[in-house]
Amino acid sequence: MHSHKMTKIALKDPTWVRYGLIAISLGTIFLFLCLPLLTIFFEAFAKGWGNYFDELTDFNARAAMRLTLVVALISVPLTVVFGIASAWAIARFEFRGKSILITLIDLPFSVSPVTAGLIFVLLFGAHGWFGEWLQAHDVKIIFAVPGIVLATLFITCPFVARELIPLMQEMGNEEEEAALSLGASSWTMFWRVTLPNIKWGLLYGVVLCNARAMGEFGAVSVVSGHIRGVTNTLPLHVENTYNEYNAVGAFAAASLLALLAVVTLVLKTFLEWQQQRDRTAISQP
Amino acid sequence: MSIILNNISKHFGNFSALKDINLEIPEGELVALLGPSGCGKTTLLRIIAGLERPDTGQVLLKGEDKTYQDIRERGVGFVFQHYALFRHMSVFENIAFGLRVKPRNKRPSEAEIQKKVHALLELVQLDWLQNRYPDQLSGGQRQRIALARALAVEPEVLLLDEPFGALDASVRKDLRQWLRHLHENLNVTSIFVTHDQEEAMEVASRVVVFNHGVIEQQGSPSEIYDNPANEFVSRFIGDTNIIPLEHHNADWLALSGLSIATNANTANEVHVRPHDLEITKSNNDNAATATLKDWQHLGALIRIELAKKGVNGTPDIIYAEMPNEQFKRLQLGKGDKVELRIRHAHWFDAA
Repeated sequence: MHSHKMTKIALKDPTWVRYGLIAISLGTIFLFLCLPLLTIFFEAFAKGWGNYFDELTDFNARAAMRLTLVVALISVPLTVVFGIASAWAIARFEFRGKSILITLIDLPFSVSPVTAGLIFVLLFGAHGWFGEWLQAHDVKIIFAVPGIVLATLFITCPFVARELIPLMQEMGNEEEEAALSLGASSWTMFWRVTLPNIKWGLLYGVVLCNARAMGEFGAVSVVSGHIRGVTNTLPLHVENTYNEYNAVGAFAAASLLALLAVVTLVLKTFLEWQQQRDRTAISQP
Repeated sequence: MSIILNNISKHFGNFSALKDINLEIPEGELVALLGPSGCGKTTLLRIIAGLERPDTGQVLLKGEDKTYQDIRERGVGFVFQHYALFRHMSVFENIAFGLRVKPRNKRPSEAEIQKKVHALLELVQLDWLQNRYPDQLSGGQRQRIALARALAVEPEVLLLDEPFGALDASVRKDLRQWLRHLHENLNVTSIFVTHDQEEAMEVASRVVVFNHGVIEQQGSPSEIYDNPANEFVSRFIGDTNIIPLEHHNADWLALSGLSIATNANTANEVHVRPHDLEITKSNNDNAATATLKDWQHLGALIRIELAKKGVNGTPDIIYAEMPNEQFKRLQLGKGDKVELRIRHAHWFDAA
């Protein structure tokens, strides 16, 4: 106890240092986070509520929202399946190439999104590897919805897996073995034992993945072709309208993305709290 | 249900966990698989359960070959070392799990489940905990709930992995007795793994001693204690004085009543249990074989530390044990010279 106090005193900086540091962090957050966020809403409502809602119910805006939702609805479940499958494989089995798999799962985090988009153009574009074959069979991937989904999947696939791998490794598989020894089928075991144990981590991954799927710009921009009302997602719609000097339209769409971010943040905090609670429960004797 | 294991071997990479194990466990026995950690005993338990497949060999349950059968079709109850209770389910739901996941045509009704779970809760004397969650229970309570959960599906064999390993010493003592009585009442063939020889001797009706993936000896606790098959078993079960048969020991062993000549074949070590060493006060200090150094109270017994001349004059310490009363009657003090008499000894050829 005594030495603890000593270190505390030793580490105690002068008052001006402490308040200086607090001021710098608060100032930065206000300048780079709060101010832009406020600007979005300020600009969006610059010409009144009516204009704001007109811009949001505009045909192209609605098409962009619909596409964004469709892309998220397809890519989030696929990411969940991929995440559970790979986390299961990594946490439960020993196999050759396991460390390579763990490294590769992180690849989308380290590749620039534009490069990711470009990969798909080079593969499926008109002059790409499979371009001729796709044209001959009348399959459109690039400058169409499938390309946008593929690019989003590439970007979001690590989110759930990254959450679940450490969680499942830490949990071990005794509870699952216990379920099997009591006569449960693998399917029952998964639904009634594994899933309830990983649910908070899984939801956390889903929330982050969803935010990214809806907000992704770079990769989607390359493969989308910016066809208004057809292949524009919400972030692309923001860019389009802004380039057309329609500030209200751009900021109205951006306000939706900002709201998504706020909701994500709240959910993320809640889920972190839940996970923390579960973990302290486990560690109790 | 009887269990027969034929030529079971198991490797993990280059490590050979089990080497050609043959073991027969008659119905209704309570068997301890005993050995130091890493000796393969838990692997064998998991192979019997079907949680692990042997590389070679057969597992026969009730005479049927079940080597490749899935754990859920074997009719075994498994109690895990760390209990593995479902942490998101109440105690009641934990015990009911095995009944609820039965195929629909075999699943009992809700009323039957209620009745069964309560009967099991009463059996483990924890009826009042039914609505608690595992993290609200003590270690001993978790252990008993894990046992009740395993018993819910009426297994024909009960397998327990280090059942008392994670418990306090006092709780462990109570649970040992309790498990033995439970076994007497249920009469389910039961196997438990332990590294604690005292626990194995106290609870089991048969003990199988393992080391380095092979069975060193099996038999009733008294057989194993009184007639250890080899040097390892003798060292591992109970306390023993290990005396190498070297020249400097020959004289005092002979004086203490052990004649080496008669056992000179291949033995190079003699093991003497502390309670097989008799002490008397020496009448002739110069001829005495040992000096009393110190003693410790072990409850009803006294452990006596004796020093006898070793190589180069450095004293060798050996231990003797005797009841408190007897020690008092001897009226010995620190530094007294004593005569030794060896009542019983085991001879081994140590590698």
